[in-house]
Amino acid sequence: MSNITNQSLSEILKSIKSKKISSLELTQAYIKNIENAKKLNAFVTTTFDQALENAKKFDNKPNNEQLLSGVPLAVKDLFCTENVKTTAGSNILNNFIPSYESTVTKNLWNNGAFLLGKLNCDEFAMGSSNETSFFGNVINPIGDHLVPGGSSGGSSSALVADLTPATIGTDTGGSIRQPASFTGTVGLKPTYGLCSRWGIVAFASSLDQAGPMTKTVNDCSIMLEAMSGFDDKDSTSINKKKETYSKNLKDNIKGLKIGIPKEYRVDNMPKEIDELWEKGKKILKDLGAQLIDISLPHTKYALPTYYIVAPAEASSNLARYDGVRYGYRSQKGKDLIEMYENTRSEGFGDEVKRRILIGTYVLSSGYYDAYYLKAQKVRQLIKKDFDDSFTKVDAILTPSTPSSAFKIGEKTNDPVSMYLNDIFTVPVNLAGLPALSLPAGLDKQGYPLGLQLIGKALDEQKILNIGYAFEKNCGYKNEIKKWWL
Amino acid sequence: MSLDKEKIKHVAKLARISVDEAKVDSLTKDLNSIFKFIEQLNELNTDKVEPLTSILNQSLRSRKDEISDGKIREKILKNSPKKNEEFFVVPKVVE
Repeated sequence: MSNITNQSLSEILKSIKSKKISSLELTQAYIKNIENAKKLNAFVTTTFDQALENAKKFDNKPNNEQLLSGVPLAVKDLFCTENVKTTAGSNILNNFIPSYESTVTKNLWNNGAFLLGKLNCDEFAMGSSNETSFFGNVINPIGDHLVPGGSSGGSSSALVADLTPATIGTDTGGSIRQPASFTGTVGLKPTYGLCSRWGIVAFASSLDQAGPMTKTVNDCSIMLEAMSGFDDKDSTSINKKKETYSKNLKDNIKGLKIGIPKEYRVDNMPKEIDELWEKGKKILKDLGAQLIDISLPHTKYALPTYYIVAPAEASSNLARYDGVRYGYRSQKGKDLIEMYENTRSEGFGDEVKRRILIGTYVLSSGYYDAYYLKAQKVRQLIKKDFDDSFTKVDAILTPSTPSSAFKIGEKTNDPVSMYLNDIFTVPVNLAGLPALSLPAGLDKQGYPLGLQLIGKALDEQKILNIGYAFEKNCGYKNEIKKWWL
Repeated sequence: MSLDKEKIKHVAKLARISVDEAKVDSLTKDLNSIFKFIEQLNELNTDKVEPLTSILNQSLRSRKDEISDGKIREKILKNSPKKNEEFFVVPKVVE
């Protein structure tokens, strides 16, 4: 079965469970693909020996009752993996080998999957193009000159290049949904608190959420079911009964009310994004959903708010990198303070330093009220916009990104233009809501574009169902020429 | 408002990041463009708005004050760039 790796996770699981293919054969097929795809630079670390060992173990004693029986998975290198180097895309963690496993990866392994390798990402997940990684930029399989999106760019690239059957990323301001949109794949940011943050390298703790990145909506529901759940070790984890998203997946969306927010039609939005949105509306309407115009009046303030809240939290979280307890330490400096300063200067890249400085400044004495407090107030208004809308609608449909994948190097010299890429994804993080990015069409250059479905808190099942119905009727299919072979 | 080079050096000191003199100019330019963008928020009157402190409809759980693990000194020291048997080692602090 030479083409097993271009199938969806759910098809692969069927093949494993019916013994059409062994876990070992499957794992070997992915290893071969990964070895032939070094040009993409999607992996920071591979764990082939360990994966082959786990595959053999599964084949000797198969347990087919699990959600992810016998499946190898590569994950973003922001998840701590026991005894496997975890870098967060940074020089400062280039020698860090955790002695513990993150809760979400542990959940995947407890459901029968095993680790194939660690995927490249923007440094500390700060970026929208995977160009801030210490390990170099990742290339989008869609085109050799394109970014794969970010920060989960290694994840989106590996997924669409058939280097892993599914994967997980993290999303602080769009880091799952934007790369999914840029590669024609499915990405879900769950409700804040649904997936444990324990063992994930922290960026902005009130915004960070882990979520699945997959080829299909059904795969997305399987992965979410496997990775989510209450965790005592995360103080913001939501304690509720575990849901069976994959079993409950339904494509009947008749009568559902879909909100269309007028503020997401931004100035200078390319015509093709507008057309894509129209196409999405038509598909949902034809399926029996009711479209309702809504207003989210504070949308334009989401990004400025985000660029206060996220750097502020990052500057506190990243204070831990001091060259003493773990990670890189500079050999320069005559005393402790200089050791700290040189360690952090040599260990962090430019974008991370920029954000630490923004965060330090907005939290510093005399400026806190003008920036941080102000941002927390506006965040309240943004959340209220969504609360008000969700009294009238079941879900909200918007574009995922204001453009398709851009060229490598195109935005690296202009931080604000890079930040603007997250204009449609950031409000959801500020409000703690779930949102699903779905591949929906191509632009005139033939690059993928995505649409985003935003749900009420903990209403993942509903947006997955709408996505499932949408997917069946949209007819989107990725046609990737494997130019790197 | 605008950030000048001296202010940026001061903030860098607070953040314990040494800044390369050659990069101060471009950093000043970048940070000023970012703050210009951020300061759009000043258009909004938020006098009567409560700041958002949690997006969850639940308060933080407390746990029992007891040790749940322990005796993991070796694991904790394992990733330290410089250590002796029991301690992290740092450059001399007291003469």
